[in-house]
Amino acid sequence: MPKVEFDRERCKGCELCISVCPTKIIILDEKINKKGYKVATVHEMDKCIGCATCARICPDTVIKVYK
Amino acid sequence: MKVVFERPSALSDKQTHYCPGCTHGIIHRLVAEAIDELDVREKTIGVASVGCSVLAYEYFNCDMQQAAHGRAPAVATGIKRVHPDKVVFTYQGDGDLASIGMAEIVHAAARGEKITTIFVNNTIYGMTGGQMAPTSLVGQKTTTSPYGRNPEHCGYPIRIAELLSTLQGAVSVARVSVHDVPNIIKAKKAIKKAFEVQLSGAGFSIVEVLSTCPTNWGKPPLEALNWLKENMIPYYPLGEYRTPEEVK
Repeated sequence: MPKVEFDRERCKGCELCISVCPTKIIILDEKINKKGYKVATVHEMDKCIGCATCARICPDTVIKVYK
Repeated sequence: MKVVFERPSALSDKQTHYCPGCTHGIIHRLVAEAIDELDVREKTIGVASVGCSVLAYEYFNCDMQQAAHGRAPAVATGIKRVHPDKVVFTYQGDGDLASIGMAEIVHAAARGEKITTIFVNNTIYGMTGGQMAPTSLVGQKTTTSPYGRNPEHCGYPIRIAELLSTLQGAVSVARVSVHDVPNIIKAKKAIKKAFEVQLSGAGFSIVEVLSTCPTNWGKPPLEALNWLKENMIPYYPLGEYRTPEEVK
């Protein structure tokens, strides 16, 4: 089953991944990271199709994709 | 289950200082992916410029040199001539390349130096706080053009890709954008091709990448991508302006 891993500490909460996810499963976590940003996270991982669209637009190489 | 996407090995794991949503991070990754795919990391030397990308040497996992403002093509020329077997690239913004470094880039291209330039155009001086750049659009508001760029006394934005494509030594000239995923994939292909041109020894190659500056444009990251698409692309059309095939 495809899945994505977000590196919380690298994320700057720019939300670009949220805007491009075709299945709309990425949300901003209410908990902030050490830098003080609300970070992107996935709430329904079973809906992930492993397309890596989020990872391609991420400016901070936060996302690792498995398929 | 296997990994289908991760940070390329030519990119270090250091976290960048770029603002949230700044597309410098995407462009760094594309350059690193191209280096990885061509398997030239061990023999690549990058030259960082002055501007937001001044710390690029911290982020690339290859040998790097940092040049004086605008002089990256001159430094890269020296490195390439001493080490013709290495892959040499410069990474420069528009405040660096199109302004103080205009002479260096034009002459490096005219001489057909066998280097690759990644030119990041976000129509503004990012690091110094959002002043008007030679590439700022007519009417664009910046800290030094608060009523919008007025061509009456500031002239018109410079189209670098078109300008350099008139030079015989510039064998590969392209303009790409990173405002959405399909264009990011195209940008990656163009960057890889520019490195391949260098490896073939054909001459100078440059890729102009349209980029955003959410902080100094005063827009959230997503809105900045849309602004790029709607305002920059009509003035800075995407495409290949020169390819090695045309030169032959």
